[in-house]
Amino acid sequence: MQKLGKQTIKFDTPPTILETACIAGPKEAEGPLAKYFDQCLDDEMWGEKSWEKAESKIVKETVNTLISKSGIPSEKIEYCFAGDLLNQCISSSFGLRELNVPFYGIFGACSTFVEGLQLASVFVENGINYAICSASSHFCSSERQFRFPLELGNQRPPTAQWTVTACGSAMLSKEGNGPYITHITTGKIVDMGIKDANNMGAAMAPAAFDTLMTHFSDTGRKPSYYDAIITGDLGHLRKRYSYRLVPECRI
Amino acid sequence: MNSPIDTKKDYQEYVNQKSPNSPIWRNCLNAFLIGGLICSIGQFIFSFCLYKGLDDTAAGAIVSIILIAITAILTGLNLFNKIGKIAGAGSFVPITGFANSIVSPAMEYKSEGYVMGVGAKMFTVAGPVLVYGISTSIIVGLIYLLFNAQAVLV
Repeated sequence: MQKLGKQTIKFDTPPTILETACIAGPKEAEGPLAKYFDQCLDDEMWGEKSWEKAESKIVKETVNTLISKSGIPSEKIEYCFAGDLLNQCISSSFGLRELNVPFYGIFGACSTFVEGLQLASVFVENGINYAICSASSHFCSSERQFRFPLELGNQRPPTAQWTVTACGSAMLSKEGNGPYITHITTGKIVDMGIKDANNMGAAMAPAAFDTLMTHFSDTGRKPSYYDAIITGDLGHLRKRYSYRLVPECRI
Repeated sequence: MNSPIDTKKDYQEYVNQKSPNSPIWRNCLNAFLIGGLICSIGQFIFSFCLYKGLDDTAAGAIVSIILIAITAILTGLNLFNKIGKIAGAGSFVPITGFANSIVSPAMEYKSEGYVMGVGAKMFTVAGPVLVYGISTSIIVGLIYLLFNAQAVLV
């Protein structure tokens, strides 16, 4: 493991993403990615009494699916990094209660999953055989936590985002045939002063952009080195924001 | 980073310029039509009560009760939020919006129990309206008293 530039770590023995699993909600099932999900739910409650319980169940079942797909018994999993959007990471901690694996509850909001991947890959690089990372959210539970009750008859502005109802998890292993995590670049907090809670894409775009630029300068690569550069969570307006930012830096 | 959008102010302006605005004319039209319809229903009930021989005060109370009851039922059936999505201010400004803003948190927080959930959180949305509505009415009352002290005292 060696440090490159300001914010990047390069792994000597890159961890492999051995297996992934995802369970998604009914709205996500209508989208173009539906065929990649392991399971799609018919309703947001999934037979539970509250949305929070439903989210915990999604976490639990996703990790169970991951374990059965990977064929690695749960006793061999040494660490688990998981997070969600709710207070005290309740979905993850209740969902993973029965897993009996040392657990790091993490919170990075939209970056939780990648945060987990980064931390887990550092662990795996340093001698851990198997680690799980997982992130979840639920539209109904986060609307309640951060915004208004669902039954309230209000209008959303066009920039408002829709929290995904799903859980994704990945199993990292020391040995495997890839895909590998070769480098990680951890972003800084970039606050450009967007105060509109209904325009989170604009609030996050500068940070995503800053991290990408730092990654290029730390590794000495150019965007053309990559087949695909994927940022998530900026909403469908992200292009408008980041496209303007990118050409101006003349990369 | 050698871009012109280096300051927070520039970025804020840029985002404002690039973000799509709410479809204000369509929203206004929907609010006018649906809000008008709700008020017409209210007027219909009001006139009907007068026709049955009630006085103005009693008829007004009955209008409020009926509209609140209808809203509460529609909220419970998960229909009012669909109306509100289209109507916006049209369903939010009349008493229907107030009823909805109390019933919806009551439903939402039921999973946290009847005391700490329904009881404590029922007014999370309507609370500010009550606090500032009541405060404003007190201030208006004091001003009225100040200028019409004689009229009130006599």
